[in-house]
Amino acid sequence: MSAHGTEFVRPRADEVVRFDDAKRHYLVGDEVVRALDGVSFSILKGSYWAIMGPSGSGKSTMLNILGCLDRPTSGAYWLNGENVAEMDDNQLSDHRLRNLGFIFQSFHLIPQLTVGENIEVPLLYLGLPQAERKAKAEALAERVGMSHRLRHLPSELSGGQRQRVAVARALANDPAVLLADEPTGNLDSATSTQIMGLFQELYEQGKTVILVTHEPDIAAYAKATIVLKDGKILSIREEGA
Amino acid sequence: MNQIRYFLPFVKLGLSDVWRHKTRSFLTMLGMVFGVGSVIAMLAVGEGASQQAMESIKRLGSQNIMVMSVKPTSEEGGSTGAQRGSLAVYGLLYEDKDRIEETVPGVLLTVPARMTRRNARLGERQLEMRVVETEPDWFEVVQRPVLAGRVLGERDMQMRANVCVLTEHGVRRLLATEETIGQRIRIASGVFEVIGIVKNETGGTVRAPDSEADAYIPITTGTKLFGEANIRYSAGGMEGEKVELSQIIVKMRGTDAVEPGSKAIEAVLARFHKKKDFKIDVPLTLLREAERTKRTYNIVLGAIAGISLLVGGIGIMNIMLASVTERTKEIGIRRAIGARRSRIVVQFLINTCVLSIGGGLVGLLLGVSIPLLITAFTAMPTVVQPYSLALAFGISVGIGIVFGLYPALRAASLDPIEALRHE
Ligand SMILES: Nc1ncnc2c1ncn2[C@@H]1O[C@H](COP(=O)(O)OP(=O)(O)OP(=O)(O)O)[C@@H](O)[C@H]1O
Ligand SMILES: [Mg+2]
Repeated sequence: MSAHGTEFVRPRADEVVRFDDAKRHYLVGDEVVRALDGVSFSILKGSYWAIMGPSGSGKSTMLNILGCLDRPTSGAYWLNGENVAEMDDNQLSDHRLRNLGFIFQSFHLIPQLTVGENIEVPLLYLGLPQAERKAKAEALAERVGMSHRLRHLPSELSGGQRQRVAVARALANDPAVLLADEPTGNLDSATSTQIMGLFQELYEQGKTVILVTHEPDIAAYAKATIVLKDGKILSIREEGA
Repeated sequence: MNQIRYFLPFVKLGLSDVWRHKTRSFLTMLGMVFGVGSVIAMLAVGEGASQQAMESIKRLGSQNIMVMSVKPTSEEGGSTGAQRGSLAVYGLLYEDKDRIEETVPGVLLTVPARMTRRNARLGERQLEMRVVETEPDWFEVVQRPVLAGRVLGERDMQMRANVCVLTEHGVRRLLATEETIGQRIRIASGVFEVIGIVKNETGGTVRAPDSEADAYIPITTGTKLFGEANIRYSAGGMEGEKVELSQIIVKMRGTDAVEPGSKAIEAVLARFHKKKDFKIDVPLTLLREAERTKRTYNIVLGAIAGISLLVGGIGIMNIMLASVTERTKEIGIRRAIGARRSRIVVQFLINTCVLSIGGGLVGLLLGVSIPLLITAFTAMPTVVQPYSLALAFGISVGIGIVFGLYPALRAASLDPIEALRHE
């Protein structure tokens, strides 16, 4: 492992994310599925990216690797200057806990916990004392405009409200990078606009935002776009570049 | 402190998970409740029974050795049965008492006794009693509370006084409500003054040296009235037997001397008795046997209770596996947020421990109350020992951990991406 770690040049300090010829192959029976087939790019701190491409092009695979839920089978993925490809399960977990915030298409709130408790989950794993957790969860709910629903269960909320709670939870650990997989896929256009407004705010506050979408309207919010096709990068477009 | 603060939210989480599925948790806990309850209750019943047995053995005197006359079997006896009108002579002799005293080391006291069944009368009332002709030391060796009056004394022996000490039961049946101490009763051909009443022990599972209705008289008085030996003829008057002493109770200096003492007595008597016409009972050995029985009993009970706990544990495991499947998505979410595998393990383990400890606590209550009910309704003695509470509780916690581990590990080993996809 360390042998191939040395093949790559360490990323610069402002490169929060960098892929070096990253591949993710699945072996299905005798057949190799090349979900990601050698991608290289880097994302600077505080930028706003969209990942696009047709269905099956490898967007979710890439986002899972970006989110430390998965590792490239070969190549390197640098997150905050560390090569994720060489990490074990506990290190991946710790990276998710400390550096990343996840937002999913279907919200993925824990159904039996209230809004407040859902926002507290990362804080619980970070080991914050109860009073601090409470205060922080309230502040986060306030930030996404959900402080009036702290004691409600997710099932009592609308889709847009659930996604706001999910955003609050993703922000709880003050992550370097926010990752969103089709965050507006289950929302109507009005609510989508609100959620995208929230992302815009976060970007303006200095967060690195990376979202996967196949809707050009949504991708238009981002400042840069990667288009994938068959596991390879078809094009990279950076605004003003 | 930090550890506690870290675990506390997960304990709360476990409790709220249990609370959320009240019915299911309750049914799951039932296995533990009955398992733990039955462990404690069975141990309490077993302990009660064995303590009762031990008590009665201890009252026989753990320092005592009982030597008793027994009729030899006819092959050995030879002369009985075949010849009509014969007199079978067997059993212990006064000489045996002296021999034991002289040759056996560690003897404190020897008490001879001759026992016969005779009719006692007071006016119209009649009662067949066991008359024990003995020495005052009987009451030293077979210690019984004196309810009224006094026991036999040296003067009664010297005077060959016509006095008797009765057992409580005998008194109740023969004397009824009459004035007891000083009352004169007729036993066979003699008139005896009642000088004392003792409580008697009719010993449950073990043979006690006293019977229901005993009359204790000085052995000297017995010799005067009934003769040196106990001669009895069968109904036809053709066969008879002669026994000098029915019993010799030997009290040793300490319990250590009991076992060698009984061997020495056996050896001494065997030299002078050609036929095996005596028998040696050692309460201490009975005590040891009772202890062994108790151990076996505990093992059997333990195995039964263990099986019910095992069943309870499997029930918990079953529910936890179902819960892991049901909560796959939640596990995926927690893992995506950054929970390490070990934290998922802890969460599920705490969950099972809450179930098993909760069940264990209710089981403790059940285990403590069942023996109370048993004692209240059946008069069977029960003893709940503190160690059994600790044991049952410890086992329930252990079972929670052992049977919770597999589901917890299974939950933690789920791939987060797969788990998130789970619907
Ligand atoms: N666990 C897996 N095992 C085998 N093949 C997989 C696995 N996960 C993804 N793939 C394959 O990898 C390829 C890329 O999948 P991915 O989910 O990244 O696509 P996507 O761009 O997110 O598509 P969509 O827009 O439909 O969500 C697909 O061909 C898919 O079949
Ligand atoms: Mg996808």
